[in-house]
Amino acid sequence: MKLKKEMTCIVCPNGCKMEVIYGDSISVKNALCTKGEEYARNELTNPVRNLTSTIKVDKGVLPLVSVRSNKPIPKEKMFDVMQYLKGVVLEAPVGFHQVVCENILGTGADIITTREVKREV
Amino acid sequence: MVINKSVVVIGAGPAGLAAAVELFKCGIKDIVVLEREPFAGGILNQCIHDGFGVIKFGEVLTGPEYAHRFIDEAEKLGIEVLTSHTVIALNEDKEITVLSTKGLITYKAKAVILAMGCRERTRGALGIPGTRPAGIFTAGVAQNLVNLKNIMIGKRVVILGSGDIGLIMARRLTLEGAEVIAVVEKMPYSNGLARNITQCLEDYDIPLLLSHTVINIEGRKRLKSVTIAKVDEKGEPVKGTSRKILCDTLILSVGLIPENELTLGAGIRLDDITQGAIVDENLQTGISGIFACGNVLQVHDLVDHVSNEGEKAARAVAAYLESDGDEYMEKSHIPVKAGNGVRYVIPHTVSGNRDVTFSMRVDRQWENKKLSFKSSGNIIKSIKYRRLSPSEMVVVSMKASELQGVKGLEVSIDEA
Repeated sequence: MKLKKEMTCIVCPNGCKMEVIYGDSISVKNALCTKGEEYARNELTNPVRNLTSTIKVDKGVLPLVSVRSNKPIPKEKMFDVMQYLKGVVLEAPVGFHQVVCENILGTGADIITTREVKREV
Repeated sequence: MVINKSVVVIGAGPAGLAAAVELFKCGIKDIVVLEREPFAGGILNQCIHDGFGVIKFGEVLTGPEYAHRFIDEAEKLGIEVLTSHTVIALNEDKEITVLSTKGLITYKAKAVILAMGCRERTRGALGIPGTRPAGIFTAGVAQNLVNLKNIMIGKRVVILGSGDIGLIMARRLTLEGAEVIAVVEKMPYSNGLARNITQCLEDYDIPLLLSHTVINIEGRKRLKSVTIAKVDEKGEPVKGTSRKILCDTLILSVGLIPENELTLGAGIRLDDITQGAIVDENLQTGISGIFACGNVLQVHDLVDHVSNEGEKAARAVAAYLESDGDEYMEKSHIPVKAGNGVRYVIPHTVSGNRDVTFSMRVDRQWENKKLSFKSSGNIIKSIKYRRLSPSEMVVVSMKASELQGVKGLEVSIDEA
């Protein structure tokens, strides 16, 4: 059986409006690049998202450091990861791309910092 | 004391940093970048979400990571970037007055690059009736408080305006535990990227109310509710469609204005539409040796384009300094005009002797139309578009050979 679905690809700012035909196999129309098909496949089976947030920093020039997952995590785990990150506090100095949490909640993704925060003087 | 510099760059955001790095690579090393904030990077520092750098680096980066590339490179090259240095005045002799913790400093530059970025439109610019309670924020201020200062701004949120910052904040506040009740948009379409509608609103079941606006604000100390209503084609509220939404926070994501007080102070003329300087094909303003780039020139959709414009300005400055300034003003007098369907075109003048990259925005959504460049009524270039939208900047490059003999240029939307 073939089913049809409209999907907006979120991989890049182009935001291709794709027509996804799926069933036994998947085919994608109106995507400007091949990443669209991968995105569509994930959306239908296991939707994933990059997570970006902040983590508390103690004794830093800023009270927070921005972080992200180093690979997309399952959509349904977003709020669980947020809840977990609430309890994490780092002590400054915090480095750029420092790994904060490895394999966060078993998702296979690490949480890494996206800036540095120097220690308060 | 006056400090002489080849080039002073005002602003260490994406435009200023890219310009400074490019200047250095062009061999111009006697430069300084002046930044009023305590950190370089500009607005990117608070844009912790990803999606930056796809065009420029072929990678998906977050705002801080994108900024880091330029900050890191500037540091490695030994470029002088002075933070907590606020430029308070600029004049036509390219003298720059700066406030810093060390006191008042004056620079005298051979060339100046304006890269101050923009600021947000506020409630005052919209004239929404009602009381004046706490709990009303522009999207950028909300983003700054939540992402940099660790201050949560509210629990039940309505967002007015569906530009990208508004959409990004809808997701961010939801992830931080707030309830975003709706994003309200006056236009019949969103001004945000399609991907942000999907990943910021649809992912979290946040309704987008098109052709709606906030018509009243209620509450004394803290915001208690807003009244929203449907609007007609003229943007006027439709009777009988109003309803009250209980909320403690209203976020305004209703547009950006280039921050051109310094530019005006120097006596540089601005474009009424872009609110940025009037520039020639080298991004040079009306004053010889003063160039503008990034969001202070025109509000961009993508930071990648901001950096590219900064680099373009830097290369023009390098050529300007090499030619000692004189001939560089050379005959860039052919006017460029926005015609039917086009809101504005940058640059405002061309010389006809150089390759030019034009950037522009259309005035409404168009489908299956042609964008035409005309000189004295003759079409010299036309490009077909499946879809054109005011929220997406259109960029068109033209070769010097295509522009030869042109007397004046008009860019307009025509039937395909």
